[in-house]
Amino acid sequence: MDITPTTLLPLTLMGYVLGCAAGLLFLRHEKLANFCSFGCGTVAALCGAVACVMSLTAGSTAAVLQLQLLPTLIPYVQFTVRLDPLSAFFGLIVSLLGFALSLYSLGYACGFYGRKNVGVLGAFFNLMLLATTLVVMADNAFFFLMVWEIMALSAYCLVSFEHEKPETRSAGVLYFVMSHIGTGCIMLGFLLLFQASGRVLGNYGPDAYSFAGFHALTGNVSWLSSGSRDAAFLLFLIGFGIKAGIVPLHTWLPAAHPVAPSNVSAFMSGVLIKTGIYGLTRVFFYFLGTPPMWWGVTVLAIGTVSAVLGVLYALMQHDLKRLLAYHSIENIGIILMGFGASLMFLHTNHPLLATLALIAGLYHTINHAVFKGLLFLGAGAVLHATHTRDMEQMGGLAKRMPQTAFFFLVGAVAISALPPLNGFVSEWLTYQSLLQGFGTTDSLLRLMFPIGGALLALTSALAAACFVKAFGITFLAQPRSEAAAQAHEAPLTMLLAQAVLVAACVFLGLFPTVFLQVLDPLTQQLTGLQISQQLTLANGLVLSGVNQNGGTVSTLGITLLGLCLLSIPFVLWLVFARRAKTRIGPTWDCGLKGLTPRMEYTATGFSKPIRMIFKALFRPRREVQREYDFSPYFTTSIRFEAHVEEVFETRIYRPLNRWVLWASRRMRALQAGSLQAYLIYIFITLLLLLLFAL
Amino acid sequence: MNPNLSAIVLQTALLLALAPLISGCIRNWKARLQNRRGPRVVQPYFDLIKFLRKDMVISEHASWVFSAAPYVVFITALLVGLMVPMVTTQAPLSLFGGVLAVVGLLALGRFFMALGGLDPASAFGGMGSSREMTIAAIAEPALMLAIFTVAITVGSTDFSHMVAAAQQSGWDLLNPAHLMAFVALFVVLLAETGRIPIDNPATHLELTMIHEAMLLEYSGRHLALMEWGASIKQLVLMAILVNIFLPVGLADDGSAAALGLGLAVFLGKILLLSAAVVLVETVNAKLRLFRVPDLLSAAFVLATMALLSTFIFH
Repeated sequence: MDITPTTLLPLTLMGYVLGCAAGLLFLRHEKLANFCSFGCGTVAALCGAVACVMSLTAGSTAAVLQLQLLPTLIPYVQFTVRLDPLSAFFGLIVSLLGFALSLYSLGYACGFYGRKNVGVLGAFFNLMLLATTLVVMADNAFFFLMVWEIMALSAYCLVSFEHEKPETRSAGVLYFVMSHIGTGCIMLGFLLLFQASGRVLGNYGPDAYSFAGFHALTGNVSWLSSGSRDAAFLLFLIGFGIKAGIVPLHTWLPAAHPVAPSNVSAFMSGVLIKTGIYGLTRVFFYFLGTPPMWWGVTVLAIGTVSAVLGVLYALMQHDLKRLLAYHSIENIGIILMGFGASLMFLHTNHPLLATLALIAGLYHTINHAVFKGLLFLGAGAVLHATHTRDMEQMGGLAKRMPQTAFFFLVGAVAISALPPLNGFVSEWLTYQSLLQGFGTTDSLLRLMFPIGGALLALTSALAAACFVKAFGITFLAQPRSEAAAQAHEAPLTMLLAQAVLVAACVFLGLFPTVFLQVLDPLTQQLTGLQISQQLTLANGLVLSGVNQNGGTVSTLGITLLGLCLLSIPFVLWLVFARRAKTRIGPTWDCGLKGLTPRMEYTATGFSKPIRMIFKALFRPRREVQREYDFSPYFTTSIRFEAHVEEVFETRIYRPLNRWVLWASRRMRALQAGSLQAYLIYIFITLLLLLLFAL
Repeated sequence: MNPNLSAIVLQTALLLALAPLISGCIRNWKARLQNRRGPRVVQPYFDLIKFLRKDMVISEHASWVFSAAPYVVFITALLVGLMVPMVTTQAPLSLFGGVLAVVGLLALGRFFMALGGLDPASAFGGMGSSREMTIAAIAEPALMLAIFTVAITVGSTDFSHMVAAAQQSGWDLLNPAHLMAFVALFVVLLAETGRIPIDNPATHLELTMIHEAMLLEYSGRHLALMEWGASIKQLVLMAILVNIFLPVGLADDGSAAALGLGLAVFLGKILLLSAAVVLVETVNAKLRLFRVPDLLSAAFVLATMALLSTFIFH
């Protein structure tokens, strides 16, 4: 059998189905269930990754793979899968993370033995992988919505996996509600597209709701000027935006991601929210046609706000996984900054810059999937070892879990956009497109680009501060609790999975020019240009902006030269310090009897200056109760509590919630419980509908 | 355009040799303005050699990150130095990165320095790290916006292109946009190099330290690398400031005469800027920590106004 996408893709889907079935079959044999279901998932995801890479590197002239999964049982519902470059790119993200996470789960699920049913976990995990793969590959709106819903529901079941905790249950319900509001918006958006394409085609058959039918709309003049196009834009922005976690629709995300098992959190933060990005890309760049200016402005503004607020809230967290979840909001913001700029350039007819900005967004999409997955896996390993998510209970783990600490550090450097890793590359591309974008328009709107760039700088500097805190408090210094002192290194499969993602981070960071070639068919499909050659200089060593004078960077060159420069300290050592000795001694303790962990800086203390500087946003509140005998300086006991207000929750969601409850109470009057009244309602409704039809 | 090996070696040597001298000058002149005799100008060299020869004490709580940090700080400072034009118009490493790489590499060094501060489990180190990262975070937008103002007028993020464009006619420091961007960058320079009014490099009170607090636990050659790295970083930031806004006398070619002239002019400019730093340090008192954001947001506003005025005048 040849290895081609045509053979590999069905294998992938079958593998997930098998993994799901194996999980359910061996419900009572947890070891077998763990091995079979996550093993199937690992193999299937690997096949999927290979299939997607092959399909992306086949070149833009290769035929697009299309498969009919099931015969059409019900009229209108066609289960068609189509692997065009956009699907293949997102399929690659899903499969790559799916591979690492399934591998990780083999070890991680051992922690649930005897406590929870591993078979259920495996079954739902595979179902989620299957549904997510199909979401990015579905070829018509019906099928898309079906698998979208399966994805949301399986994710809900996984979020609620540890449902004994009330915190988990309420997070699950919040996710469920928000997710369905989003699905509702997406459905309405598709109906608008369906209506338009049906009108254009002259029939409302399967072609009218296939993605090809929607794409055909981009050439239709009457559609391009219609108001329903703007309505569709807004509906999709809200619908997919909820899934992606843009501010202010993000509240479910920091609640749901931390409470799920760590392999699921990694998948949700790394991949699931990317399906929102997939939807936005598909709709904005493939269905809706040349955008008006305000679309790009809106998306860029939302992206900037999400990036800044996401990182600011992340800084205030001392729950490791919640901190990472807030960073997902930040990174979605950065991705949307690229997309927003790209939409603005499409409007002003600068396809080259639009392609650059789009590439920046897409590059950051895969980067974020990789390093966020990695960080969540690290957090999972820490949780596995210390049984807590609270950073104030950690510390000193670098000595006890050296490999995990190293992997987490790589992820932290990557997410803080520090050279030479991958986060830097995609932010570099974003900066380049923002700066070059200044000349594309004469209106005042062009000030958005440099200001956006400055706020992006603020974001990445704050992210660096946040990850100094996340890594420093968690892994460095003295352990702050008995659990942290007793921590042990994670099992081999968990480490292997992290190593896979570290390798991906390094590859994407050091060899951007190689990876950019993979994006060529994708940009060909979306903007009609292939620019990887233009972005490459000096045999792929150097990455350049679209305009070679505009700026160049070479992460590989920086790394190699940095390694060469290490010879300087070595020579200095040879000349001066060969006879110098190194002693291990206690840290300076101001003459006290040794330092205790209670004297260390805490996570809350670390972010205090930022809390004070941005106090207008955070509205910090603290309560201190102290008891003392003689003087307040010698307290016998002290209790300290600090809170940060989550503005969106208190100012938007709670009032909205109250209003909905109030409206529901009013509606209850209709629901009197008498059958006659209900019959009357049905009759009136029928009458109204008939009148409407006439 | 290709990275030129001899240029790389020469500029590395220049960075290594010149950076301690600038620190020494600033320290000496500051003492004289305060009617003290002060340490010799060459004292930092002796300090570095002494540190290099000394034994090291490493905290029992520290992990490998603590020992890796000095190398990262030192190497990133050198790499950054190679990306900035100093004596010649063309920086030896301009192909490998411009403004964005410089800011990123400096942040990488700071990231590891802050981790090194946290690692020995001392409260002072944690305090230093926390404050350093906070101040860096609020200085960064001002820095970026000020540099963007120049980058947008030139259409490039490459320092060598900026300097080349600056050398051409029609560019002068008295252009309001450039003047405001210059002042904004100067404030950022004070913040990034830990100078009064943001931080006090001479303080011995742990509670007021920022930069020094992170180095408290370092000794021996680690301390030498940290100190050297910090002074190289200071030199590089000064070079950015003087060469972008006052691009006089940079050598266009590799001839000895041009290089000699370039070196002399560069030294003159850097010493002039050092004098300005000394003056600012002497006539100001250190700000309270929570007044620093006001100063830095003033720099941000200045940079925004600089950007707006390019918009108006073009």
